[in-house]
Amino acid sequence: MKDFIIPPMDWKDERDMGTPAKQGAPVTLSIDGFEVTVPEGTSVMRAAAEAGIQVPKLCATDSLEAFGSCRLCVVEIEGRRGTPASCTTPVAPGMVVRTQSDSVRKIRKGVMELYISDHPLDCLTCSANGDCELQDMAGAVGLRDVRYTAPTGGIATHFAPRNTSGETNPEWRPKDDSNPYFSYDPAKCIVCNRCVRACEEVQGTFALTIEGRGFDSRVSFGAKTDDALASDCVSCGACVQACPTATLQEKSVIEMGTPDRSVVTTCAYCGVGCSFKAEMQGDQLVRMVPYKHGKANRGHSCVKGRFAYGYASHKDRILNPMIRDRISDPWREVSWDEALGFAATKMRGIQAEYGQKSIGVITSSRCTNEETYLVQKLARAVFGNNNTDTCARVCHSPTGYGLGQTFGTSAGTQDFDSVEHTDVVIVIGANPTDGHPVFASRLKKRLRAGAKLIVIDPRRIDLVKSAHVKASHHLPLRPGTNVAVVTALAHVIVTEGLMDEAFIRERCDWDEFQDYAAFVSDPRHAPEATEMLTGVPAADLREAAKLFATGGNGAIYYGLGVTEHSQGSTTVMSIANLAMLTGNLGRPGVGVNPLRGQNNVQGACDMGSFPHELPGYRHVKNDDVRDLFKSVWGVEIDAEPGLRIPNMLDAAVDGTFKGLYCQGEDILQSDPDTKHVAAGLAAMECVIVHDLFLNETANYAHVFLPGSTFLEKDGTFTNAERRINRVREVMKPRNGYADWEITQMLANKMGANWSYMHPSQIMDEIALTTPSFAGVSYTVLEEKGSVQWPCNEAHPDGTPLMHVDGFVRGKGRFIVTEYVATDEKTGPRFPLLLTTGRILSQYNVGAQTRRTENVVWHEQDLLEIHPHDAENRGLNDGDYVRLASRSGETTLRAKITDRVSPGVVYTTFHHPDTQANVITTDYSDWATNCPEYKVTAVQVSPSNGPSVWQEDYAAQAAQARRILPAAE
Amino acid sequence: MTLATPHPTETEISAIIEAHLPLEGPLLPMLHALQEAFGHVPAAAHAAICDTLNITKAELHGVISFYHDFRDAPAGRHVVKICRAEACQAMGGAALAENLLAKLGLDWHGTTRNGVVTIEPVYCLGLCACAPAAMVDDRVVGRVDAAKLDKLLAEAGA
Repeated sequence: MKDFIIPPMDWKDERDMGTPAKQGAPVTLSIDGFEVTVPEGTSVMRAAAEAGIQVPKLCATDSLEAFGSCRLCVVEIEGRRGTPASCTTPVAPGMVVRTQSDSVRKIRKGVMELYISDHPLDCLTCSANGDCELQDMAGAVGLRDVRYTAPTGGIATHFAPRNTSGETNPEWRPKDDSNPYFSYDPAKCIVCNRCVRACEEVQGTFALTIEGRGFDSRVSFGAKTDDALASDCVSCGACVQACPTATLQEKSVIEMGTPDRSVVTTCAYCGVGCSFKAEMQGDQLVRMVPYKHGKANRGHSCVKGRFAYGYASHKDRILNPMIRDRISDPWREVSWDEALGFAATKMRGIQAEYGQKSIGVITSSRCTNEETYLVQKLARAVFGNNNTDTCARVCHSPTGYGLGQTFGTSAGTQDFDSVEHTDVVIVIGANPTDGHPVFASRLKKRLRAGAKLIVIDPRRIDLVKSAHVKASHHLPLRPGTNVAVVTALAHVIVTEGLMDEAFIRERCDWDEFQDYAAFVSDPRHAPEATEMLTGVPAADLREAAKLFATGGNGAIYYGLGVTEHSQGSTTVMSIANLAMLTGNLGRPGVGVNPLRGQNNVQGACDMGSFPHELPGYRHVKNDDVRDLFKSVWGVEIDAEPGLRIPNMLDAAVDGTFKGLYCQGEDILQSDPDTKHVAAGLAAMECVIVHDLFLNETANYAHVFLPGSTFLEKDGTFTNAERRINRVREVMKPRNGYADWEITQMLANKMGANWSYMHPSQIMDEIALTTPSFAGVSYTVLEEKGSVQWPCNEAHPDGTPLMHVDGFVRGKGRFIVTEYVATDEKTGPRFPLLLTTGRILSQYNVGAQTRRTENVVWHEQDLLEIHPHDAENRGLNDGDYVRLASRSGETTLRAKITDRVSPGVVYTTFHHPDTQANVITTDYSDWATNCPEYKVTAVQVSPSNGPSVWQEDYAAQAAQARRILPAAE
Repeated sequence: MTLATPHPTETEISAIIEAHLPLEGPLLPMLHALQEAFGHVPAAAHAAICDTLNITKAELHGVISFYHDFRDAPAGRHVVKICRAEACQAMGGAALAENLLAKLGLDWHGTTRNGVVTIEPVYCLGLCACAPAAMVDDRVVGRVDAAKLDKLLAEAGA
């Protein structure tokens, strides 16, 4: 860890202990005369570090298993011959270790001298100056002289480009700057292997190797002719993190210099919720470094969180409030006061004319819990209605409903650490290596250690087969047949008697199970019967079911491929059934784990963003809950659920819904059936967009309130494992105010009398009103780092595992899951099925990542099509194709690949000029209205260029984004 | 000079790869067999090896580059390896090698224009007692001097 320059924070020990922590029986030994007791299997190096003694080292770091190559950490052990390496020597009872003696000092000095003889002495101008372990170790061993010189006329180093006569050095290699975020300078490399091991052990990509041998050994990205960008490297930063020198260095540090302070905060990308240290110079962010004590990521990161923060200072960011009377007008920059006054007057005017329920809000899963809480409070306490919804509507609302019905809580059951104890994993409708990369790395580590994997996905995702990971079964189902496949798995388990009857009798409702068992045992659910429908070979499905039921701890991880269907909620329930059926709940290594798309999907749902639920998933119809909020908020709360996003848009088209406050979400790009969304927005009289950028929705807005980034505010995010992590202000908001302040100012302009001084007060109010958050406060978070809800009197330290002794709802409930085909069907005009997803380097609608260097990996959305379907249509790789559905059409380039099955095409939705959602339909989940993004019947044909809609849209967007400068 | 490089077909490559799959640790035997069959490890085989063994191109590169005997292009018809380790150097091996290279107009690893002989360095053949030592294809030769070397080369047709 390159963390030496920053003094450790007193509340967490950030020293590098050299080798990973172990678990085992206590062993006591003596190190330099100090008694120390550590778990069996611990290295002598780590034991010494526990005793406060740092043994010099270069190739060891505590994120990697010991390697024993640098020979700097040698020690003397009584009764053993020679000088063993302390990193590879495990402790033994009664061992007597001396870390310093004349002989080891001499060895270390000699080793360092050899290292330095092939390392440039340019410390003062080196980008790692002050942050270099080689420099530190040279100091620690007292190196004063290097006696080795090259033979006359020769060059015996890797670092000098030329000798003194000007002849080129064939051993010298130029810097590799191909990666946009870090550079690889072979001249500074000491070949300690830490980067290679980090890529293998931590990230699991195996993109790095050591080529050659002896003096010729060099770190190499990919094969002989590759550079960093052309290799398999996914730019997660693990190698940069592990490198002890300036060899692998962030370009931002090369440019700006080393940081002088750091703040621990939480990543604002996906639902893994990694902890990072934002390392700063004044108010300038130098780099984001994964925090080793972050309990979600354990010191790992991905390309987005580690490097893609440049959007925060991108030139497109809007910093001044803007208003306009009509969406055809250009924007006018105005003062905050004028903008908020304008918005408040319009909203109140709409309510006066069209009624109290004619306006609403949309909260964002990218904002903090505190901000989300305030926005829903704005609707409920200030607007006086329940018209609040959130972007979780379009991703994980079925998870909330399905798990709430079966288990009693609308959340995943495990923490991420649980994956280390799992034996069989089902990944269904999720693509962790792209969508949740840090979790994927932890999963792959477990898979390499022997756990089995079953992938249920229409596409051959990377997990199905990638370096050293191979799924035991890949069930390539037809999009839309999740329920049929999961019920068929249950059929096999029940009919073959593989269920965990003891668990079911003890923990679940036995009568309901009887009904369920009778239902799934019906031969029409047999894999052989559903094979024609699902496209999954029956034999394979049978084997997969048996493996899951009998393979030990079984865990299910799922994503939006489960929820974003007309039967999304049914699939979630069928997954819950499967877990109960096999007794895989309530202990480490098992469980039902939704992988949340955005960083705070869980939090946005918890905070009462849904129109029928107050914070803590309590229905608005319940008098006691409304009374509680009435006593705190001082206003009457409407007992009628409000409008969901699709209802708001329908009502807008009908002319009954006229005003919307949309915070941090781009519904035009992310919601299905773009044309319908556009029509709804265009029909409103006041659309307030609160965002970092003039997003696509803002093209239809009348008020634009510039938002603050996650670096500019305090708050909390709740990740997919219910972990409440602190977001800390590392710099002042460039737009002037944190988002919670802006919502408060808008509320106050509308007559509320809010007076929050700090987000911690909002959290206190959440704790006061919401039982599962009762024990949460900023003081507790400061002390513990993070907690997983429920955190209350019964669980003061939070709850890593849910349903340990019993389900939250009492008895686990089996629900009959009948497969009902979606109404979206293929036919002669639209013979293919389109399914959508995301890619590693881009995030969601791309508003953030498109404004970073991440575009080098993905600059446009591509349509993946099977070679067979492509050939039928005369398409070549890279051709412009027209993608049309019953809703609309767009054009994009084709990528021919057998990752998708014949009959299935796939694309991402990261780029507004493609607008994949012009294609998607307005079919949605029966229970929660979660849109059916994952199944659309389409046709693909050759095309010459952008569709009419794309051209019209681009023209409208350009028109709508004109800004008049503020009057001088 | 360019040698007529054999172009192994996909079928030939995959036959060799498949044949070694049942072995424990099949990578090195696979590489040896490929080199045996084609005189080098053809680049065309890399992707197939990686795919079959589920390893990355980086890992494969690490292994191939670690062993100097794996070639990415075929050598001449005969390979002459001259020992450059301490004992042979002490017995005049260095000078012997330099003279030979100068005579043939080659550098280390070079192949004569007629494609007959490739000269390579080797570090210890375990023949220190008979230094300086060399190896012609699979045959080791001890107490080499210029005359003996010339004879060997003449036999080979260089």
